[in-house]
Amino acid sequence: MKFDQFGDFQLDVLREVGNIGAGNAATALSRLISKEIDMKVPQVKIISFDEIADFVGGNESLVVCVFLQVKGDIPGNMFFIISLPSAKKLLRELMGIETDDDEWFDEMELSALNEIGNILTGSYLSSLADFTKLNMQPSPPAVAIDMAGAILSYGLLEIGHTGDFALTIDTAFFQGNEELEGHFFLVPDPTALPQLFRALGVPLE
Amino acid sequence: MNIVKVGMADLNIAKSPDHIRTTGLGSCVGVVLFDSHSKISGMAHVMLPDSSLSKGLLNVAKYANTAIPKLIEEMERAGANTRRIVAKLAGGAQMFAFTSTSDTMRIGPRNVEACRMALQEARIPIVAEDTGGNCGRTIELDSCTGMLNIRTVNQGVKEI
Repeated sequence: MKFDQFGDFQLDVLREVGNIGAGNAATALSRLISKEIDMKVPQVKIISFDEIADFVGGNESLVVCVFLQVKGDIPGNMFFIISLPSAKKLLRELMGIETDDDEWFDEMELSALNEIGNILTGSYLSSLADFTKLNMQPSPPAVAIDMAGAILSYGLLEIGHTGDFALTIDTAFFQGNEELEGHFFLVPDPTALPQLFRALGVPLE
Repeated sequence: MNIVKVGMADLNIAKSPDHIRTTGLGSCVGVVLFDSHSKISGMAHVMLPDSSLSKGLLNVAKYANTAIPKLIEEMERAGANTRRIVAKLAGGAQMFAFTSTSDTMRIGPRNVEACRMALQEARIPIVAEDTGGNCGRTIELDSCTGMLNIRTVNQGVKEI
């Protein structure tokens, strides 16, 4: 499937996919920390590999990322990405874990972040699976704290064989005065898109 | 001095006194080649091991087995001598510790292996290497000295 087949309508539908998934994940997060979470309008973009980290501050920006692979009818990769201060804030609000802002994360904190990512990406994907009646199975998640470029390139390896572009559905969320800010990032395998559109009743031109 | 930037699945060359740089190497491998006489250097940001799996239009800079010959060719065209070229490698990390060890997850070590093979085939010696581990790297080569500066988030900066 070629990306240039997509018209505005298809991109709108993908934006809505991001809205539904991230909306459910944001609700789950809001319940976890008993605070209101706001979302930005999802961005659907066809970008070159080099640009993927631009959403989160560039190749070298330091991020906390929970990554998992999606198997089933709509294979792809899913990322939950937050900044380091946001991760500290999440740990504080959720588990009462107080850490120095310049301190690195210990194993317990990483495991907690991994589980938070697991819950949130899980609700993102299960809402999409319910909505589309498609089979989507997440792999166990893994967490990493490193340069955004080094991390996000992992999600591009499999589609790297078919081209130099990726379709990304990025939904940013925030809490309060953007004290807690993060992204849900879905990179579907291009081969999965016709199936997704079919399930949503969207004709392909 | 200018800094020549190399993107993901991209390659380029630089001449002294310029530097050449690529950012955020994860499982990708940064291959740098250097001819100390002509002070011409080259860098490739290799993403995958083998071009035979490529579907569609082939981007030679993306694969170890095609990027390295292409980089040598471009350096020669700029005046470098293959017999004097030496290589350094950085990257090839495993960013995530997954319990499953599917092929994609092991891509870092496989990329490193494929780069070593391609260099061996081209009879280019590897004089220094900082590969593997689980951290991202940003690398910058000084075309004047051939020193490769490697920056990581966790382990600071080193030169090889």
